[in-house]
Amino acid sequence: MLRKFALSTVAASALLATPALATDITLGVLNDQSGVYADLSGKGSVIAAQMAVADFDAAGKGINVNIISADHQNKPDIASNIARQWYDQDGVDAILDVPTSSTALAVADVTAEFKKVFINSGAATSDLTRGNCQPTTIHWTYDTAALANGTGKAVTEAGGDTWFFLTADYAFGHALERDTKAVVEANGGQVLGAVAHPFPGTDFSSFLLQAQASGAKVIGLANAGADTVNSIKQAAEFGIVQAGQKLAGLLLFINNVHSLGTQTAQGLQMTTAFYWDMNDDTRAFSERFRAEAGAPPSMVQAGVYAGTLHYLKAVEAVGSDDAEAIVAKMKEMETDDPLFGKGYIRKDGRVIHDMYLMEVKTPDESENDWDLLKLVATIPGEEAFLPMEDGGCAFALAN
Amino acid sequence: MFELLGVPPQVLMGQLLIGLINGSFYAVLSLGLAVIFGLLNIINFAHGAQYMMGAFVAWMLLNYTGIGYWPALILAPIVVGAIGIALERTMISRLYKLDHLYGLLLTFGLALIIQGLFRNYYGVSGLPYAIPPALQGGQNLGFMFLPNYRGWVIVASVIVCFSTWFMIERTRLGAYLRAATENPELVGAFGINVPRMITLTYGFGVGLAAFAGVLAAPIYSVNPNMGADLIIVVFAVVVIGGMGSIMGAILTGFGLGVIEGLTRVFYPEGSAVVIFVIMAIVLMIKPEGLFGNNA
Repeated sequence: MLRKFALSTVAASALLATPALATDITLGVLNDQSGVYADLSGKGSVIAAQMAVADFDAAGKGINVNIISADHQNKPDIASNIARQWYDQDGVDAILDVPTSSTALAVADVTAEFKKVFINSGAATSDLTRGNCQPTTIHWTYDTAALANGTGKAVTEAGGDTWFFLTADYAFGHALERDTKAVVEANGGQVLGAVAHPFPGTDFSSFLLQAQASGAKVIGLANAGADTVNSIKQAAEFGIVQAGQKLAGLLLFINNVHSLGTQTAQGLQMTTAFYWDMNDDTRAFSERFRAEAGAPPSMVQAGVYAGTLHYLKAVEAVGSDDAEAIVAKMKEMETDDPLFGKGYIRKDGRVIHDMYLMEVKTPDESENDWDLLKLVATIPGEEAFLPMEDGGCAFALAN
Repeated sequence: MFELLGVPPQVLMGQLLIGLINGSFYAVLSLGLAVIFGLLNIINFAHGAQYMMGAFVAWMLLNYTGIGYWPALILAPIVVGAIGIALERTMISRLYKLDHLYGLLLTFGLALIIQGLFRNYYGVSGLPYAIPPALQGGQNLGFMFLPNYRGWVIVASVIVCFSTWFMIERTRLGAYLRAATENPELVGAFGINVPRMITLTYGFGVGLAAFAGVLAAPIYSVNPNMGADLIIVVFAVVVIGGMGSIMGAILTGFGLGVIEGLTRVFYPEGSAVVIFVIMAIVLMIKPEGLFGNNA
């Protein structure tokens, strides 16, 4: 069910651009457009990419950008087939977004094979810049190591020193469990056990009761999207929090908090790379985004915007669609955009920027529908992400 | 105290109960499918979408008109059942003389359209629906904390399942229905309006799906994909129980819920496939299903 359609063509006017300088670029937004991650990536990511192209004034700078999109249905085989077709037949220069870690790992390999560019925003697994790193991969927004260094560390330091994990049974869940476990143990905590649940799931009560029986102080939810929402709802229903255990939602998106409501979610801590209500720049962008997409941007959609912007800057500097030169330029230039501020891209493809530990507001503190989070701490980029030396990315460490 | 494969009995009891709760949803949904298939010979693939619509209608009643959970439990099945009747009259009724496959394709297509429409308007993140105040809180059973609402789910499902079974197998109305399935011309000759009876039966089956949807709204995320996630499992339940067998659908629904629950303790990674493994085994040994007739 490949739905592929050209969504926008920013046609450079032949009158304005000097013909010799015109560069044709096709960007492919590949993500979940109908399943559990559709609200936090989906059409919103396409809108974010379009906004980046418009804000950069690509047409005015002699770059013709065409954006296409497709639904990978969270399935690695579908994702790699689409990526292959895009690179092979449709002339796609770069693939953007790709949430769901298993599909992202597949697309990273296909991109390396075709020597194109992969700017991932949606997927969490830190393996994209560790064992499975590729010279053509840029991992923009967040990763499992950063989530562990945010929520995992904060909860452990606050006295939650025994953990039990509820883990989504695929690449992402296992990476998040592994990275959080490392942080918990490094901070003097202990992991008592874990249970892997099918993805996507509906009923988590059996798994929650197993977590309760473990006697751990903290139940770490190493899952995402609707799975996390259902886990939190059902934990409340079964009185698990009232009985004294603490829930740690290791990956929560603003859309999930909105779906849970402040009544259920209040007090939960979460780690995020972006929140719409941080400063004038993020508010201005989010207002424009919301007018088109209907909801403020998630950190994934914000990452697509910032990644596209940085990519286009590199294209302009290089002056062609030569993927290798573009990636080199992207890593050489400092990243700087209104949503993530200043940062840089490491040799292994990891984008380094600040992360934020946030807390869900109480119903009294929240002034409107989307006024959901307050800042607890800013985690400097250098501390948030795993140091490159510990990641084991072969090509980055070789030279 | 004995331990079974390292699992303490308290935990095991809790898991059995949770299996029964999930089994309640399987039972009500597979019952609706069995009624529709048994009496209309239509494989209703839109059942999952109709279950989702039940949950959404409950949410809409609350948010647009302020009507709460209890009236919704009656109203949502009526509304969704009426939509089902309209579909039956305008489209499905044209397929009775054709092969099963055509009904399956039509209802599958309808399901995709309905889900797509809801996804377009409401997104996939899910909408909140609170547990009614009368059923909040829970009971400490010693071996586990049973939320009152989950207890209510079991009670409501058992009542609905067995009254449906009673109506179809033990009353005069049920006898007419079963007769009309066997020989519609003869029953029509006795002055009974067979097409209307069939239409109402479809509406009733759809209403059962919507009822399950309202039951699910407070505990699962109300989102357009909630039915698609469940419908495949429910079809497996119907196949295991025997297509068209009312009692078979009810008993296998509860039974497989329990088996799935136990798998989640002993081998959680396998809990997503255990029902399909059982289906494969049953089909090999007894192709007509556990409670099916040799037709």
